Amino acid sequence: MNAVAASSTETVVELGKRVLDYNDRAAAALRERFSAAGVRVANLISSPGTGKTELVVKVCEELARSGVKTAVLVGDCATDNDARRIAQVCSMTRQIVTEGLCHLEASMIDDGLDGWDLGDVDLLLIENVGNLVCPSDFDLGEDLKVALLSVTEGEDKPLKYPHLFSTAALIVVTKMDLVEACGMDIETMEENIVAINPGAEVIETSARTGIGVERLASVLCNAITAKPRDGEGITIVSGRRDS
Amino acid sequence: MHELSLARAIVSEVSEAAVNHEIARVGVVEMKVGVLCGVIVDSLQFAFEFAAVGTPLEGAQLEFVSSEVTMWCESCQVVVQPREKLVFSCPNCHSPCPELRSGRELEIVRFTERHEDAEVMQ
Repeated sequence: MNAVAASSTETVVELGKRVLDYNDRAAAALRERFSAAGVRVANLISSPGTGKTELVVKVCEELARSGVKTAVLVGDCATDNDARRIAQVCSMTRQIVTEGLCHLEASMIDDGLDGWDLGDVDLLLIENVGNLVCPSDFDLGEDLKVALLSVTEGEDKPLKYPHLFSTAALIVVTKMDLVEACGMDIETMEENIVAINPGAEVIETSARTGIGVERLASVLCNAITAKPRDGEGITIVSGRRDS
Repeated sequence: MHELSLARAIVSEVSEAAVNHEIARVGVVEMKVGVLCGVIVDSLQFAFEFAAVGTPLEGAQLEFVSSEVTMWCESCQVVVQPREKLVFSCPNCHSPCPELRSGRELEIVRFTERHEDAEVMQ
């Protein structure tokens, strides 16, 4: 940062600073904390009504069967409805009520973890506030940014919201049981995903029929096994009947 | 109101730097805004005016410089620009280019001091 006297009356300060620096710093501290405790973290982002919560419930059930200790933080503008639903299958679940704010920030995750022993957690799922725009800017210290879209939302959703869909490492299609009812052209949608994010992995799911739930749980677990803890990878066995 | 969070962050960062440089009042804040950064400039401007009240930035102007999308083509080993907006493939060889080099930035580039006498002269 240098101050330069541009003229006798004007001082210019070169700042060169990212606006989201404050959040990135908090996210980096979280990432360090997660890493030290061996916790892997996924940040789940979608529009409202995509079916994040129901899918999280099914994934938590699957992870519990595989012996993965899961915790969930869920963000909403108001109510703790989602946390109450998830808590039925995952005891370490906490609601973050943003009181109108359209996204979660790293400092809120820090507050949300208060009192939890991260040594008891293998995987933290963060269900972000339903919103396709703002949450994608805010790093929460996650290992895996996951974008979800339902088949009811239209084939071109990834093109309409490139900011999220081009930066997610994993894209989850939900409500696959409704493909026919909606007249959804799934091939076109996946072409659109590839156009906007050639590197992303795509998983088709249905919380209702269970399609893709095991594979999703397995991919979240791969995020765990891919990164050894204390020099020794933890092994999680999950079948992939539907892959 | 995502832009309000951003406006507060801008005010906070620039205020801190202004104090460090013994600048009482800020004139112009120049921002670099990537075309893919997802920010609505008008909303940010609107939120900024509220966030700046009671700070050295009260009455300051935000100026925006746009940053276009560039990406790395692994096949051609060069930085390229997309043929069409939001098509992340190489315009020459058509291979996918997932690695963006610019277009997502949201940065405070620099700011200027505003003098009371400059205001009087207006």
